[in-house]
Amino acid sequence: MPKDTGIGAPTKRREDIRYLTGKGRYTDDIRAYGECAAVFARSTVANGKIVGIDTSEAKKMPGVLAVFTGEDFVDVGGNPAGWLINSRNGEPMKEPKRPVLAHGKVRHVGDAYAAVIAETVEQARDAAEAIIADIEDLPAIVDMREALKDEALVHDEIGTNQCFDWGWIEDNRAATDEAIKNAHHVTTLELVNNRLVPNAMETRCSIGSYNPATDDYVLQTTSQNPHLTRLLISAFVMGIPENKLTVIAPDVGGGFGSKIYHYGEEALVLAAAKKLGRTVKWTADRTEAFLTDAHGRDHVTKIELAMDAEGNFLAFRTKTMANVGAYLSNFSTATPTFLHGTLMAGNYTVPNVYVNVKTVFTNTAPVDAYRGAGRPEATYSLERVIDKAAREIGRDPIALRRQNFIKPDQYPYASAAGLEYDSGNYDALMDKMEDVADFAGFDARVKESQAKGLWRGRGVNAYIEACGIAPSNLVGQLGSRVGLYDAATVRVNATGNLSVMVGAHSHGQGHETVFPQVVGEMLGIDPASIDIVHGDTSKIPFGMGTYGSRSLAVCGSAVVRATEKIIAKAKKIAAHMLEASEGDIELKDGNFTVAGTDKSVGFGEVALKAYIPHNFPIEDIEPGLEETAFYDPANFTYPSGAYCCEVEIDPETGKVRVDRMTAVDDFGNVINPMIVTGQVHGGLAQGIGQALLENTHYNADGQLETASYMDYAMPLAEDLPMYHVDHSQGTPCTHNPLGVKGCGEAGAIGSPPTVVNAVVDALQRGGKNVTHVDMPVSPHNVWKAMQSA
Amino acid sequence: MTNVTMTVNGKQVSGEVEGRTLLVQFLREDLHMTGTHVGCDTSQCGACQVHVDGKPVKACTMFAIEADGTEVGTIEGQANADGSLNVIQQAFQDHHGLQCGFCTPGMVMTTAALLKENPTPTEAEVRSYLKGNICRCTGYHNIVKAIMAASGQDVGAIAAE
Repeated sequence: MPKDTGIGAPTKRREDIRYLTGKGRYTDDIRAYGECAAVFARSTVANGKIVGIDTSEAKKMPGVLAVFTGEDFVDVGGNPAGWLINSRNGEPMKEPKRPVLAHGKVRHVGDAYAAVIAETVEQARDAAEAIIADIEDLPAIVDMREALKDEALVHDEIGTNQCFDWGWIEDNRAATDEAIKNAHHVTTLELVNNRLVPNAMETRCSIGSYNPATDDYVLQTTSQNPHLTRLLISAFVMGIPENKLTVIAPDVGGGFGSKIYHYGEEALVLAAAKKLGRTVKWTADRTEAFLTDAHGRDHVTKIELAMDAEGNFLAFRTKTMANVGAYLSNFSTATPTFLHGTLMAGNYTVPNVYVNVKTVFTNTAPVDAYRGAGRPEATYSLERVIDKAAREIGRDPIALRRQNFIKPDQYPYASAAGLEYDSGNYDALMDKMEDVADFAGFDARVKESQAKGLWRGRGVNAYIEACGIAPSNLVGQLGSRVGLYDAATVRVNATGNLSVMVGAHSHGQGHETVFPQVVGEMLGIDPASIDIVHGDTSKIPFGMGTYGSRSLAVCGSAVVRATEKIIAKAKKIAAHMLEASEGDIELKDGNFTVAGTDKSVGFGEVALKAYIPHNFPIEDIEPGLEETAFYDPANFTYPSGAYCCEVEIDPETGKVRVDRMTAVDDFGNVINPMIVTGQVHGGLAQGIGQALLENTHYNADGQLETASYMDYAMPLAEDLPMYHVDHSQGTPCTHNPLGVKGCGEAGAIGSPPTVVNAVVDALQRGGKNVTHVDMPVSPHNVWKAMQSA
Repeated sequence: MTNVTMTVNGKQVSGEVEGRTLLVQFLREDLHMTGTHVGCDTSQCGACQVHVDGKPVKACTMFAIEADGTEVGTIEGQANADGSLNVIQQAFQDHHGLQCGFCTPGMVMTTAALLKENPTPTEAEVRSYLKGNICRCTGYHNIVKAIMAASGQDVGAIAAE
């Protein structure tokens, strides 16, 4: 088989053809006969009591078919949080109901309190404006510290704005406190992990339809995980049996976390479709996306690092306030806890770690997992405080990290934050990074910058993340209400081509190209004869979808297991055809051969025999050639990396320019290096965006002041450099069949502290004793730091 | 409602539109040409980039009525006559210049306009010209590389990796 298509080959993406020619099929591109439009009436105040909603005028408007309010959904369930987290005192988290439409109160700007269905979207919009909402404006709760005073409440019924007060690991607390008390040196840093809006370029869109003759519902929606959406709607929100609800996520224009979750609009279009007997479509505009998509990050953290006289790390202690917004989104309770606290030992042999996280309700949009999800927050805190510590004790930041790294002979390594890392080699990554980032040329570049009147600085970082989430047994113990396996069906058709149904959803990751590379290599056949089917609950056995860099590590493993079953059965059929013993059959280059002979049948012949079972050992082997596997991993995977950033600061303006960005990552084995590199690029841009540009700002009244691309600084081509990316230092994952770790989030995890470390270094080299600048390191923030230094 | 007539990808089309109907709505809803996307409604993201009388235009910022009598080019008209990818499209595939594909039609249309104005742009010129096109997936590296490759330049030297 040509090596430009199998495992390890940079195969070009087959999905590109439809995207490049305008033939992609995104949800909003779908039009149904008799389709009508939904438009939502949304709160313009952050916190308000709904006194009354008068829809009488709106109902009389041209083309209007129905108007819904929260009253119509009081009897259906709420959209739940997927993880139950207990507070340190054992109390379960506070879980106020998240209704389909606001009822009684509106809790953030953009909270939908009514929906209009009309013949056209223009008519629906006009009618939505005719709804008279009597909403009594209440004081907005925006700042987390203020919120924790409980002077005003987001949810009156729970009596507090604190969702939970979590400790990890509570049994380590005393030892950590003791280590910090007795340490030779303690470095303390207070920092903000700025709130971000995911901003997939395709806004959310949902189309509901209903067939009264069969009681079947279909939801076409912008989702990263249609099965999870179906499960949430079926089991929690609307009670539609799963066999009566098909969820289809067609081409999806980016997700980055924001399309993991089930949103009320999806339930609304289904309810409206049933009531009207019409197909109902809703498409968000960009400002709706800013106001209602789940946001990311928004942590305020104090971290302490304790060291002995030699610079050995003794303890990390963290206190974090994490904003969950007005309602609990599906992963919102897992993100600041188990995807954050468990990573707080980093790449280090530190013996004591204690993390305290208070999650806080505010009158802002819900906050949930955004590319990296908890791990960027952990890495940022760790790698900023280590940099500060190195400066305080006069050590080289790389040498200090290396001294404390877990060494290659220590795996499996039980971290002080409760995880068991399976493989890694952090020194090798650092060595490679120093080479790729051209450390040798740094001094000369500093001088070149000086000649231009600019301050150059260099920042580094070492990160580890937990991906491929995860073992159901483990996450179940940690409070997950779902399992986190994945599934695949490999169907060999009679004529020898394959359809592979996968539970992961591809929305930019290139599964349609990569999964056939794996199956083609295993079977020794041309990947072009293999197609991937994804994003349709009626066609796929099950699946937990795409997030947490899990597609290849979890779903790819399910594909491998199902393909192994295919091979086992095909060998039996071949043995019968060749009149040989099954144990003597070898599969090589797409042919089944009797070992040591020239007797052979091709893969296609075996497939045909399976479906035309004449002269077939029907008593021993079933006809057909189709196998399903569910794969539940034994552990998380642990990608790691060493990053470097060089910035130039203009001391006249405080403007930062990222000049060089180097990412050296250990993703284990790599199936398609072109796609892996592209994933890193995208992550880097989002991480640099967070560090340099992006910020989500609510004013004191809870108005989102950054609700369009005129006010929210999305990274543009001219803000970013060419990247230096390397993944040659992979240490294979030890517990999945492909030895892969996941690459989707790394860039967004590793880059923010790297950029800020570089900015602090540049300021120091420029003679300003600045020890920290909060993100984004905008000219304003850098200038302020320079003036106060 | 007003009748508009225009040429889209070389074919004459007409339809009845409201005064507020945008060109992008006319293309998507009336002509069912859904390759032109709406990403932001405020002219920043460029997912709706088309050509009007040979010039790059954001179709979310022009009323359909304003396009009456013009020649409009969209992503659906970019491939070669035999259906194969044109030079720009091929370069985007070769250099992995797209991921989710949503911004891609706009990127291709913008690239065509850039290369018409400036057949061999520098990296800085490419990045500057893309300021009206947002991509959230690729970090732009491979888009810049694809555009420079499409202009016939050797991209081995500019691409760091």
